This record gives sequence, C-alpha cells and structure tokens, in this order.
Amino acid sequence: MQLSVWTYEGPPHIGAMRVATGMTDVHYLLHAPQGDTYADLLFTMIERRGKRPPVTYTTFQARDLGKDTAELFQSAARDAVARFNPAALLVGASCTAELIQDDPAGMAQAMRLDIPVIPLELPSYSRKENWGASETFYQIVRTLAVGDSSRPVPCQAGSPRPKANLLGPSALGFRHRDDIVEIAKILAALGIEINVTAPMGASAADIARIGEADFNIVLYPEIADTAARWLERNFQQPFTKTIPIGHNATIDFIREVATLAKVDPAPALNIAEARMPWWSRSVDSTYLTGKRVFIFGDATHAIAAARVARDELGFVVCGLGCYNREFARDLRAAAAEHGVEPLITDDHLEVEDAIAAAHPELVLGTQMERHIAKRLSIPCAVISAPVHVQDFPARHSPQMGFEGANVLFDSWVHPLVMGLEEHLLTMFRDDFEFHDGAGASHLSHGSKTAHAPASPAAEPVAEPEMAVGLDPIAPDSAAQGSDVLELVRWTAEAETELKKIPFFVRGKARRNTERYAEERGLASISLDTLYDAKAHYAR
Amino acid sequence: MIAAAPLPATQGCASAPVLRERGQREVFCGLTGIVWLHRKMPDAFFLVVGSRTCAHLLQSAAGVMIFAEPRFATAIIEERDLAGLADANEELDRVVRRLLARRPEIRTLFLVGSCPSEVIKLDLSRAAQRLAGAFLPDVRIVNYSGSGIETTFTQGEDACLASLVPFMPPQPAQADQQLLIVGALPDIVEDQLLRLVRELGITNVGCLPARESRDLPPVGPNTRFLLAQPFLGDTAQALEDRGAVHLPAPFPFGAEGTTDWLHAAARAFGIDEMHFRATVAPGRERAKRALEHSRAQLEGKSIFFLPDSQLELPLARFLHTELGMVPIEIGTPYLHRQHMALELAQLPSSTVISEGQDVDRQLDRVRASKPDITVCGLGLANPLEAEGFTTKWAIELVFSPIHGFDQAGDLAELFARPIRRRDVLRV
Repeated sequence: MQLSVWTYEGPPHIGAMRVATGMTDVHYLLHAPQGDTYADLLFTMIERRGKRPPVTYTTFQARDLGKDTAELFQSAARDAVARFNPAALLVGASCTAELIQDDPAGMAQAMRLDIPVIPLELPSYSRKENWGASETFYQIVRTLAVGDSSRPVPCQAGSPRPKANLLGPSALGFRHRDDIVEIAKILAALGIEINVTAPMGASAADIARIGEADFNIVLYPEIADTAARWLERNFQQPFTKTIPIGHNATIDFIREVATLAKVDPAPALNIAEARMPWWSRSVDSTYLTGKRVFIFGDATHAIAAARVARDELGFVVCGLGCYNREFARDLRAAAAEHGVEPLITDDHLEVEDAIAAAHPELVLGTQMERHIAKRLSIPCAVISAPVHVQDFPARHSPQMGFEGANVLFDSWVHPLVMGLEEHLLTMFRDDFEFHDGAGASHLSHGSKTAHAPASPAAEPVAEPEMAVGLDPIAPDSAAQGSDVLELVRWTAEAETELKKIPFFVRGKARRNTERYAEERGLASISLDTLYDAKAHYAR
Repeated sequence: MIAAAPLPATQGCASAPVLRERGQREVFCGLTGIVWLHRKMPDAFFLVVGSRTCAHLLQSAAGVMIFAEPRFATAIIEERDLAGLADANEELDRVVRRLLARRPEIRTLFLVGSCPSEVIKLDLSRAAQRLAGAFLPDVRIVNYSGSGIETTFTQGEDACLASLVPFMPPQPAQADQQLLIVGALPDIVEDQLLRLVRELGITNVGCLPARESRDLPPVGPNTRFLLAQPFLGDTAQALEDRGAVHLPAPFPFGAEGTTDWLHAAARAFGIDEMHFRATVAPGRERAKRALEHSRAQLEGKSIFFLPDSQLELPLARFLHTELGMVPIEIGTPYLHRQHMALELAQLPSSTVISEGQDVDRQLDRVRASKPDITVCGLGLANPLEAEGFTTKWAIELVFSPIHGFDQAGDLAELFARPIRRRDVLRV
C-alpha cells in the first residue's frame, strides 16, 4: 500500500475517458460502482466542456454483487448504444469492477452489436492515467484502422501533397487545444496536409483512414507513442521524435517534418511572430542569467522545458524530474545532459524535499509544484498536467511552435522579480515601498504590509522557512532542518545583517550560512561567518 | 401563528407514489463526506483504504483544500496487496504506524472502507480492533465504509457518525434530560443554534459530531435528539438502539423550518409556549426580512432537483413554502419516509418525488419540463447550461452554511444568483 494525499495521475480509466471524450463518436461503457462518475466533472469543470463525457457507467451497488451483474452490464450497453448511437463502443472496467472479475469485453462481444466493440484491459492497480490513455488510443487505432476493408493496406506513400497525422492531443490535455493550432500553422506553411488529428476531434471513420497519411507527427508521446510505433510497423509510417516546445525545438521539428515530407523547411522557419529570441537577448533579460530552475512534470514537458531554460533563457537547471515512469529513460538521459540527478517519483513529498534541497529561484512544474513553491515562497510557472481550471484558459495559449515559445517566455519570466524591480528592492530596501516587509509586487502576500511605514525591526512576511512548518508527514529531512536552526546561534550583529539581504534570497542565505557553520562546528554565527559562507557558496 | 399550521391533506405529497429508478447514477460516493467531516473534527484523521481512483476522487472533490495540511489520505491498494489478504493487513498496519508516528496530534483515526476494500473483503473493523490494541488510549481507531457500492455522498457522514455512537459514554440513569443535535454543521451555525436552544432554557445539550472527536456526548434513555441533517438514518437508528428518542421535526432551513425544528425541542423539554415565541421571534423576523431580497427573483419559478445529498426534499419545501417556488420533480438518492414525513406533507401534491436515478431518463424529464432552475452535480451543470438551462450546482449546498435563521437569506441567494446572472449577462 502506498500512502498518498495527492496523485499526479488518476487511474487508467481516466486516461481512457480522455481519449473517448476527445473523439466525436465513440462511447465508453465503464463497468463501475456508484461514485465513479466524479470523473465527469474533470471534463465539465476543469476543461469547461459544455457536453457530458461520452461515458456510461453501469453503477453497480453492493446488492448487485451477489447476483449476475452481466444483465446490468448488457442492459447498460443496449441503452447506451440506442441512446447515443456511437460508431464504436469502448468497454472496460474501473478498479472495483476489475476485482469482481466480470468480463466486460466478453459480455459486450456476446451481445453481437452491429458496431465495433473495443475491449480495454486497463490494470488499475499497477498502471495509471497516461498509460490508460496510451493503451486506449492504441487499441482504437489497432481495431479501427485494421477493421476497414475498403482502405488500401498498406497505404501508398508519395501522394502529390504530403499528408501527416497529428497524434496525441486529447481531452484534459495541457494546452492541447492551442498546440494543434500552432502545429497546423507550421504544416500549412510547409504545404503539408493534415490527414487526421487524433484522438482530439477524430471520429471512428477518421481513425479508419489514418493509414492514408505519409507519416505521423507525435505531439505527446505519453498518449501517442504506442500507437505511432504500431502504425510504423503496420503502415510504414515514420513518426517525428522532436517535441516542438521552445524556439530551437520548433526549428528542429520543422526540419524533421520537412525531411519526412521531402519539402523545403524554409517557409515555416521564417515566421515573424518568433519574438522570443529577441526578448531573451534584450538587456532587461540579463538578470535571468544563471537563475536556478527546478523542473518537474510529465517527461515530455519537463525535458523540453529544461532545454528552453538552459539554451533560450540562460537559466541553470538545478533539478529535473518526472512522475511518469514510462518515460523515465528519456528523462534520465536529459538529466545527465544537464548534470543533475534525475528525480523519477510520483510522491509529491519527495518532490517537495528535492525542491527545498535544491534552493531554486524558479520552479517549473505542475499544479502540485505551484503549491509547493507557494509554501516555500519561490516563484513558479506551470508547464505540465495535472493542472487546475486556470490552466485551461480562454485565450490562445499554446506551448508548441513559435507562438508557444513566446508564451513560455512570458509565463516563466513573469513570476520572477524582473531585473529593474530586483535592483530597486536591493537599493531602496529601507524605503517604505521597498522595505523587507513589502515583498515583490508579483507575490500576493507582498501587499500585506505595503502601506506600513518601514521599521528596521519589522518581521519580514516572506521569510522562506522552507524546512519548517511543512506537512508533518513530510520525511525526516524536514525535521533535521529545524534542528539545525536550534543548534547554531546567530549573533545579534549577524542577524541584523541577514535582515538586510533581500527577502527572496534570505532563506537561502540563512540556510547556507547555518550549514556552513555546522560543517565547521561553529557554535555561533558572526558577521564574518555570514560573509565567509557567502564567499564559500558564491557561484 | 408560529407552530406549523397543519396543511390541507390535498396539498401534501406524504402518500404520493414515489418514482423509483435504477440505472446510471451521477452521484458522489460516501468518501466525499471526508472533505467536510475532517474540518469539523480537527483532531481526527481519515485514512481511506482504496484505489488510486479513491485518492483521485478526494483530490478532485477537495479542490485546493488538499494542500492546506489535510487530515485525510488514501492507502492505495497495489497489485501486491491483492495477492493475499494477510499481506494487505500487514501493509495497512505499516501505513497506519507510519502515519500516526508522524501525526502525534491525531486523537481519532478513521479507517474508511471503499469499494475495492469492501470487494476484496479486507476486514477494516478487525483491523481497527487490532490497531486499537497498539494505540489506545492515545488514539481511538474507528472504522466505517464510504464506498460507492453502499453509500451516496452525504451517507458517508451518516456512516461515520453511526460508527461513533458505540463510543458515546452511557448517560447516567438519573441524569437530566439531554438534547442532542445530530449532524455536522459549520461551527458558526452550530453556535447560533446552541445559543437559541440555551435561551429557550434547554441547558443540557450535546452535539454529534463533537468538535473534539474524543469528547463525545453521553447517550441514554434520557436523551432526545434532533436531526440537523436529513441524511442520518443509520445514525438515528444507532442512537435509538441506545435508548435515545428522536424528535420528529422539519429540517432547520428558512424561517419556518428553523422555527418548527426548535419548536420540536421546546415541546419535548416542556418549554413555555410564550417563552418559545419570544425567544425565536427576533431570529425568525430577521430571516423573513432576509428572504424578501430573493423573493422577487424566485417566486413562481419552477425548480427541478436531481438526486445528490438527501437535502433535496427539505430545500424544496423551504423554497416552496417560504419563497413561492414550484417544485417539478425532487430527486433524492434515498428516501427515509419517516424522517421526511413532515417535509413531504408541506410539498404540493403535483410534485414528482423520485428515488434513485437513471440519469439519462431523468435528463429527458428535465428537458421536457423546462424548469427555471435545475439543481444538479458539477458533472451535469455545464452541459445543461450549454443546452440553455439555468442550474445551481448542488455540492455548494453541502459546503455552505445554510441552516438556521441567520443563513436563510444566504440560502435563498444561492438559488437566486444563477437566475440573476442569467438575466444580467449580455453575451
């Protein structure tokens, strides 16, 4: 058993729902107890869909268990098919139904419905949401692309205008809606036709003709990798490996696509909207140089973000991790390239400890890292699912392509104290608007004392006491951190000096100094210790 | 004028047939009760023994609250736990020991059963007994089930409170008659109601749940209890099994509902009628004034309740009798005839009362009857809005303070706001 408060991924049937909800005419019959319909509100509330997900739950109850649940299942299947008239029916079990060992696939097939029935085997006690989405998409492609006898197999490549499929976008995907728009723009510039985008927006008939494309563009390997590999084997469709997140990756992506399509990449490379490189070179961005950034998310977004952070913003990657083990190998390789320890875990307490230990100046992560960073008073931007409702914005907000790179620049730099503001905070730290307690304008808690007159003894509001006050079920390292605070005493003089250090780096200075003092067995921290430590840790 | 005037028999639907349906239910399971119960009992921890789905549900239902040092968690059953039961018990013990070692302030640990733990027949009551040996007297370990196969949404609270009844100390035989208020209420509401009850002259009052999970009130034949919530059938039964006597009353929503609810206690405790009227008059008048703000928006409007919390019948009664709304269909996940008798009697006989759900068929009835407002869960609210229906999402009614005189206006506003918003928007 795993003790868990927060999970990065839902169970695998949520992944199946993401695929089914993304498509237009498939229906998912889920053998599940009362209550599992909670998942509907992820789609209707977080993604703000105006339609119920195409899922029928059999809703078995305790009193049904002793009896034959087959009838319940089959009548639900009959009703769903009659009411929703789908082109294909997905059938599967949620975690509880997996235990009662009904056979949804067998029961549905025994009904001899006149539409394709796609059974899903999603092991709920060993796999998770992304795996469920990937497996579901793969089974749909496998069943429907093979099942259509009118389609020529294998497809004839080299049609007059090259055709590609866009694979991976799904319901509840982080910025999938807008990424599709950006990629479509690039393909239009290259003169490449989009054959099918799937699962998002695809019908069963679209999947049936997926083999007509010359190659596949895999936008989200977490969802599309398995299907793309199957299509490569069975339809001789090569697929792209570059994820077009970031300016440079977008250029690489365009070249890769152009090579696969045998077209000239130039028309797509000269896009005027690529403002990110100039923004990053402009002098106001100088202060971004060497900012330490901790990155965590799904492997695809985390690896792409690390490249952007280092090469395009001049940050230093001080931590890199992902929660999905399926892509752990890719993440390990990326971590090695950045010279950091890979962090592969789905335990948010481990991530919290790693962030606290790395002392980053910026965290790029999921909704969870946003909360960790808030607790530690570190600026943060969201780069990956899981995300909350505010990260399904009304405005166009892609991560991919050149416009995506613009969005990344804005959304990552915005939470940081901008160069000028940082400078002012240091220079005028005793000024009433810039004193310790005032904080930075981008942090909401900064306004608490903004109108109070400066007082040299004012207790700073934003002291990032990282290791204390955390969730008591946090591992032991947190407790050790607070022990240190009691072991090493600060002289009054050093304490006063510490308060002159801007609040957003003070926590790090305090910790570094204490660690330095402890390692040298110093009983107290004097002014000299403070500056010795500063020199020791200077980078 | 204050006592509930008996309504003409033709108006009530106490004996009306109930539409019973089964099919897909768009409801939460009882685990969701943890989200508000843990706020009410700050020294208790709720450990769900379930699957990743259970953890995901709690996370989705708790929203951002999950990060504010929650006192609930899930022990997620993994493949190796399914291999053999002995193993699962050892694993559970390990998780509980780890948890309690890190949370020494916890006084009561609830082991909460889920669908997976019930289906594999993991005996959590035995686990609670086993672990009690190791942790008593510091930590009391209690077990109940919040599984979807057995409980719907607020029934999780019923199961939780019923599990506490055996731990209530016996009331001494010579003790004064005690009033027990049953059902988790927001602290501010509980304080208001306790103040009123004491002003009436009832001084021996207890609450279940108590704010300190170990400070449970006594129970015995001299206990009279009022249900503050309509979903407490098992808890009421457990209290009755220990000799306590239920005071039938409408639920304390609105000026009249709260008056009638208090009146039931006043009568049982022999409070002078004039004193009762004088005591409740200020709150009652205030509530009536507060309701006037929403009356213009709500009067004559039709309302359709989909089943969710068992609050549907009392709320429909409040909206009908005090604001002039017209209920079309009132769905409830479970109908406790006896506890609802006084509510049913006040509803117009044209109302359809339905128990259980076949969600697609019920939505067909919503579409056919075109209600002015539909009360439903978040999985249905936006899709119905997209079809042009005005909705009120039901979960807010469980999380917001809505009982008693001083919340009557807020309660009406919860229904008036979506209608007002529909009228002001020009997009």
